[in-house]
Amino acid sequence: MHQFTIEPLFGTDHWAIGGYNIAFTNSALWMVLATVVIWGFVALGMKRQLVPGRWQMAVETMTGFIDNLLSANVGPEGKRFVPYVFSLFMFILVANLMGLVPLGLVGSHAFTFTSHFTATGVLAIMSFSIVLIVGFWRHKLHFFSLFVPHGTPWWLLWLIPIIEMVSFLVRPFSLGLRLFVAMMAGHILLEVLSSFVINSGNAGAGWGVLIGIPSFILMIGISALELLVCVIQAYVFALLTSLYINDAVNLH
Amino acid sequence: MDAEAAKLIGAGLAAIGAGMAALGVGNVFGSFLESALRNPGAADGQQGRLFIGFAAAELLGLLAFVVSMILIFVA
Repeated sequence: MHQFTIEPLFGTDHWAIGGYNIAFTNSALWMVLATVVIWGFVALGMKRQLVPGRWQMAVETMTGFIDNLLSANVGPEGKRFVPYVFSLFMFILVANLMGLVPLGLVGSHAFTFTSHFTATGVLAIMSFSIVLIVGFWRHKLHFFSLFVPHGTPWWLLWLIPIIEMVSFLVRPFSLGLRLFVAMMAGHILLEVLSSFVINSGNAGAGWGVLIGIPSFILMIGISALELLVCVIQAYVFALLTSLYINDAVNLH
Repeated sequence: MDAEAAKLIGAGLAAIGAGMAALGVGNVFGSFLESALRNPGAADGQQGRLFIGFAAAELLGLLAFVVSMILIFVA
């Protein structure tokens, strides 16, 4: 489908380092745009007034939200991870929302880079490596006691660590997969519904009224649902990251 | 039955998983709402757990979607 294709904007397929293409793609463009939007959003709220204005209030609400999330899930140690989780949350949130902007009305089209496993996979690997680094840094080899929960009966000691290890190793995949599939499924759903509208309109006025108009109304509802999904998926990514960081910081 | 038809049938069967995930997600939010109405004071503190349950239930439905996509486009 056209909206998911990655194409080089400038640079060609021949720009390569070590066999990997480094051309500036539309995916990279939208990542840069997301970064610029977040940077602008935060920079406009950095006036540090004693009585915050509206914009500063908005920024403080977002940072306060992540701060609460981490102190609730990790405890006082979580303060240190606020910058990372905040950037992660805002990056995913802004990327999801910008992918839904109906630029098709003006002839261009938005690109949701979170609907590609390469992008979400790298974000998930970043979270996972932070968990590994922090875990091994703080607890050294004692970190492996994560695989033996408290109160494991001795006759299950051969089984529980295997299950725990598999569930630990599967985390980066489930983290990246969830975001990527949720975004892709939403966009495919909208595309299918819009093809109903267009094809039924082309088939004649009767079909257009019978199928096109109900599909269009459904599309409006699904778009609202997609906005909700964007926020929930960004929140879930940040929440699960903070839970995994909790495992690394406090063991369990 | 040729291989193409079997793939499409398999993809359709994988869609059952999406419905099952709908049951799961509905159950998560339904149970939360039920108990939140019994004790509204404790509800806000449990929102994190609500979304963890939601994420776990939803992931399995999304996996069903991945299976059907793999069957249609990759396999």
